[in-house]
Amino acid sequence: MLKILKYSFFDLIRSRWSYVYLLFYLLLGCVLLFLNNDLSKAVITLMNVIIILVPLIGTIFGVMYYYNSKEFTELLLAQPIKRSTIFIGQYLGVALSLSMSLIIGLGIPFVLYGLFQSNEIWDFVLLLVTGTFLTLIFTALAFNIALYNENKIKGFSYSILLWLFMAVIYDGLFLMSLIAFQSYPLDSFSIGATLFNPIDLSRILILLKLDISALLGYTGAVFQKFFGTGFGLLISIAALSIWVILPVLNIYRKSRKKDF
Amino acid sequence: MIRIEQLHKQFGKNKVLKGIDLEITNKGVFAILGPNGSGKTTLIKALLGMVIPNKGQLVVGNENIKKNWKYRDQIDYLPQIANFPANLTVKELIAMIKDLRNRTGEDKRLISMFQLEPFLSKKLSNLSGGTKQKVNLVLTLMFDSPIIILDEPTSGLDPIALIRLKEIIAEEKAKGKIILITSHIMSFVEEMADEIVFLLEGKVYFKGSIEVLKIQTDESNFEHAIANLLRQEYA
Repeated sequence: MLKILKYSFFDLIRSRWSYVYLLFYLLLGCVLLFLNNDLSKAVITLMNVIIILVPLIGTIFGVMYYYNSKEFTELLLAQPIKRSTIFIGQYLGVALSLSMSLIIGLGIPFVLYGLFQSNEIWDFVLLLVTGTFLTLIFTALAFNIALYNENKIKGFSYSILLWLFMAVIYDGLFLMSLIAFQSYPLDSFSIGATLFNPIDLSRILILLKLDISALLGYTGAVFQKFFGTGFGLLISIAALSIWVILPVLNIYRKSRKKDF
Repeated sequence: MIRIEQLHKQFGKNKVLKGIDLEITNKGVFAILGPNGSGKTTLIKALLGMVIPNKGQLVVGNENIKKNWKYRDQIDYLPQIANFPANLTVKELIAMIKDLRNRTGEDKRLISMFQLEPFLSKKLSNLSGGTKQKVNLVLTLMFDSPIIILDEPTSGLDPIALIRLKEIIAEEKAKGKIILITSHIMSFVEEMADEIVFLLEGKVYFKGSIEVLKIQTDESNFEHAIANLLRQEYA
């Protein structure tokens, strides 16, 4: 698997889009630091961008890579290599190269600004960790969608819809249900609903760490009350890990049964 | 050795293979022929484990291929459409496939045979269709495996490369390998093949040498003999 991972990774690292993605984060990091002149504010702004953008890029890149490398995958399938190795290797290649763009792109401006001397270093690290989690999750979901759909257009549409649902629609539905059932106790419902959306989960995770009660919102407050900051962090990281593991297991399962 | 017993495969409602029985024990060049949609590619892909059959047994060498992947080390496969990672160079791709198979290959000789030296450090996305096919051939033929499967090997090749390809096939045959070829170019098939496996509607309709086919269909021309096979069916 390491060989496949290595080759997918290098293939992607050399593509123009990885550089565009990297440059985008470099620019974003620089501009935010320049405008805010404050690390902790920059981290909060970045969080809002990352939480929406990383899933989008993860899904689009995942689907695009799968469809683009289809013939090459067929070449690999004819080699004496296990099927699951090929797909998991490719998946990790995409996800890791995207995560690297994120980490390097944001890391450089923050380090230059003097991250290591500041108290916000752990907030920033947590931001990168959630960014990496989101990349892993959404690339895996994208690979799943692509594996189930031979038709490129369908695959693309489903993955965009998935992103739209998770990033925008889910929150709307969530809020509406909170309003509709406001006369009932909603604590466990809102915790459950948050765990079911990796984007919400990441947001809460970062806000818990930053300890900005004003920004926490209802679910965040419930989260903090239920789990406390430390345990809440642990629970949300565990939930994010499950969000990575389940789709990857499904890639493994589906790739063994599929015809090419 | 290749043994196929009662191979069935359907995609959705479309039954492509309806009970293929085929046994290839002797060496030589076998041409798998048949009209479009007769299941040639599906059969080859089933043999490679890319398509998972609904029913039936497939044995390559002495191994049943179900849930097995190591047997593919005995097979060199040339896919129909040559498309490679766009950001790699030819040299890197060849090195990569060698690395993935963990074997040394005879790539140098093949590269000079197909005159690919000037393209070695070019990116694959910048190559023409014919050159890509040559790279594809090098990738397939550089390993010395007992079974070779070529899916439309002639597509896009210039006359010199075609002559080279024929030489290579003849050489590999002399080494005692089993070579499976699909092609729509009948003159190529007639020149190279020892035996014909003719598929029709998901079954083996004819298996035997070209001479037998000519006698059976009462035609002296191979192309007409094949056409005759089809007409008998349609009539």
